[in-house]
Amino acid sequence: MLLRRTCKETAALVIAREDRALSLADRVALRLHMAVCTTCPVFERQIAGMRQAFARWRKGDHDDPG
Amino acid sequence: MNPPALSFQNQVAEQRTYLIRFARLQLRNDTWAEDCVSDTLLAALAKPQSFGNRSQLKTWLTGILKHKVLDTLRTRAREATLADDDGDGSAELDALVFKADGHFASAPTEWGNPEQELGSRQFMQMLESCVEKLPSSMGRIFLMREWLELSTDEICKELSLTSTNLFVQLHRARLRLRECVELNWLGTA
Repeated sequence: MLLRRTCKETAALVIAREDRALSLADRVALRLHMAVCTTCPVFERQIAGMRQAFARWRKGDHDDPG
Repeated sequence: MNPPALSFQNQVAEQRTYLIRFARLQLRNDTWAEDCVSDTLLAALAKPQSFGNRSQLKTWLTGILKHKVLDTLRTRAREATLADDDGDGSAELDALVFKADGHFASAPTEWGNPEQELGSRQFMQMLESCVEKLPSSMGRIFLMREWLELSTDEICKELSLTSTNLFVQLHRARLRLRECVELNWLGTA
């Protein structure tokens, strides 16, 4: 099926989204896969978690002892 | 009794270790990193200013450092981005993470709350050591995005990379980092 994606393909889209805009077809395919998969949403939370962690990391706040 | 106030000079010098760490991580070359930090400290000392706290001084110095680092990347672009060849282990990583049918070989785990566990000092240190383990040019490109905060267009322009090439490098870097965190982060119950 045109919009069917494997977990591997879905994970690639989740990562790509960090750096570029996805096409409409990719966005739809991503959403459809997420709706039926229990594994990929966890992967998506990991990538989002890394994004937030990097935002903090580059501020360097955690380095200050006081 | 309050400790005597540090002179501006001493306050700046105190940040050297911190600045070196980031410069090394971004440049992957100790000499370039030392040079950038020295330039940064000299530039800072030439324009003494007062800061309410250590963190403001650090932010100011980091801003100067980022400019120096970007200049270095520009002049060294050719050396800095000799593409990691396909022997950089990315194909192997793919085979490790995914099965042939496209399913995960082992399911991703929950890492914890982004506000708490993922904001902790331990998580940051682990994340930083994962960045350190990226191959050199991949690591440089990744940090231009995540530390220098350049847009993908800017990175392509600075390093004369095609966008396809850039996206491949960023993709590999993020996949590796995720795998590294997955293997090293045991912080969640």
